[in-house]
Amino acid sequence: MTARVMNLFESIGFSWLVSIMKLFTLQNPKEQIENLIRTLGVPLFAFAVFLGIWHMGASQIETSLGKVPGPAAVWEQTVGLWEEHKAERVKEAAFYERQEERNAKKLAANPDAKVKMRDYTGKPTYIDQIFTSLKTVFAGFLLASAIAIPLGIICGLSNTMYTAMNPIIQLFKPVSPLAWLPIVTLVVSALYVSDDPVFAKSFVNSAITVTLCCLWPTLINTIVGVSSLDNDLVNVSKVLRLNWWTKITKIVLPSSVPMIFTGLRLSLGVGWMVLIAAEMLAQNPGLGKFVWDEFQNGSSQSLGRIMVAVLTIGFIGFLLDRLMLSLQKSFSWDKDAIVR
Amino acid sequence: MQGYLTIEQVHMDFDTPKGTFKALDNVTLKIDKGEFVSLIGHSGCGKSTVLNIVAGLLVSTQGSVLLDGKEVNEPGPERAVVFQNHSLLPWLTAYQNVELAVKQVFKSSMNKKEMDEWIKHNLRLVHMDHATNKRPGEISGGMKQRVGIARALAMKPKVLLMDEPFGALDALTRAHLQDSVMEIQSELNNTVIMITHDVDEAVLLSDRIVMMTNGPAATIGEILEIDLPRPRHRLELADDSKYNHYRAEVLRFLHERHSNPNAA
Repeated sequence: MTARVMNLFESIGFSWLVSIMKLFTLQNPKEQIENLIRTLGVPLFAFAVFLGIWHMGASQIETSLGKVPGPAAVWEQTVGLWEEHKAERVKEAAFYERQEERNAKKLAANPDAKVKMRDYTGKPTYIDQIFTSLKTVFAGFLLASAIAIPLGIICGLSNTMYTAMNPIIQLFKPVSPLAWLPIVTLVVSALYVSDDPVFAKSFVNSAITVTLCCLWPTLINTIVGVSSLDNDLVNVSKVLRLNWWTKITKIVLPSSVPMIFTGLRLSLGVGWMVLIAAEMLAQNPGLGKFVWDEFQNGSSQSLGRIMVAVLTIGFIGFLLDRLMLSLQKSFSWDKDAIVR
Repeated sequence: MQGYLTIEQVHMDFDTPKGTFKALDNVTLKIDKGEFVSLIGHSGCGKSTVLNIVAGLLVSTQGSVLLDGKEVNEPGPERAVVFQNHSLLPWLTAYQNVELAVKQVFKSSMNKKEMDEWIKHNLRLVHMDHATNKRPGEISGGMKQRVGIARALAMKPKVLLMDEPFGALDALTRAHLQDSVMEIQSELNNTVIMITHDVDEAVLLSDRIVMMTNGPAATIGEILEIDLPRPRHRLELADDSKYNHYRAEVLRFLHERHSNPNAA
């Protein structure tokens, strides 16, 4: 059990946690402390230096919204945003409680009365915006992967398909997905017409924009991975007369998993960056809208709050990358391969 | 006379940016059932091209290959290939590598239990039953090649094609594997074509040695019948005058007669 937890930490890049665990169980305490200094001490020191430079640099700059916030001000805003979130949740709970009470009373007076359940319409909090963004990025990313991986396999296996697709890929790959945003918005408005939509239009817009930029890294890496398949293994599959499906699952996919995951990691990273920009530009709910709203709001707190968002975006991007890394490790047949 | 495997007037041209390259010129060879034939020649003389044509991985420009009365025009498990660098799937264990072949060839004729028996039987045959659950990355080069041979044998091929099967191995491991191949051959009596550039290996293992001239336009230069009694033992043969004579014959060919006498 302990060994499995340690392996997990090791695989997602938290080897310092392993050292702490070993320190508690008293395995080579001296070596563990040295290890801890190397894996945790050095990065912590660097981070402290960064905070110091930030603190000193920030106090020098005076903007129209006051001083650029230093680490302390940002921390204050982080706590503030969390408090707001909690307060909003209390309000929401109270709203539903009142509503239920009212409905219960109505039903007690007249059992046939029609009761209405209304949704709480309070302003989304910072935490809500984070989850909106996460949902959007995953929707777009999954859609892109579902298109790019099969298409990449087909293009990697068939020279004709590759020759056919290559100009299209080359033409659209360098396009910033934000350039697509107006077209996506109009097309979605025209095609996605429903009285009771499952997804909000803004969500669909953002997700498709993310899809458009997540497609390319995965597609190109899958093509490279599949087409660099060892010729001997291709001959093995020919001699065995493997059918198409067996060939894909037994030979093509296992050998191209590392490249496919390299593509997926790049895609998710780019997708997350683009999503924030798309949300700012289109005013679709999410972290990007939060940043833009704070910018427009222009209070003395705004810069601090935007800084919180910047750090959150960075931290989530880091977590997403770690998530992909551990997925790659669990899917890859070669557990000893060094991935970073 | 019609052989079991007939290579009939095979020509092979490759298109290159500099024009047509004639790799093989009129290769004709008849091989009987149960015969062990070696193809020997200098590097680049087209030995592998002949083997790939028999395997169906290449299509000859002219001529044809007949196996048991049927024309060869695509790869298939009745002509199993043992590749030079083992070509095992690195993500499958030894057992799974053989299983992939067995499932493919006998999916309609064997049930699960029979397949399992057959896979284990073939791994036992090449003395790899101790490492059935190891991946190729975890075993030595010689062991990988053993699994490769087990995979080929498990297809119950009509003819077994070996493309320099021991070329990448050290001398001792190679000797062990040659002994294993002789042992298996005496038991199963397969029809085998083996490519080699090792004179001792060719004389020790073969019933006939087919010596090929150098390319371009390589063809069969000489065919040497090896009339040594089986089972053969490398130590006893080392002082055998007949063995040494055969060895000298092959060496002489390789050093003196390089090129196709009929080629322009």
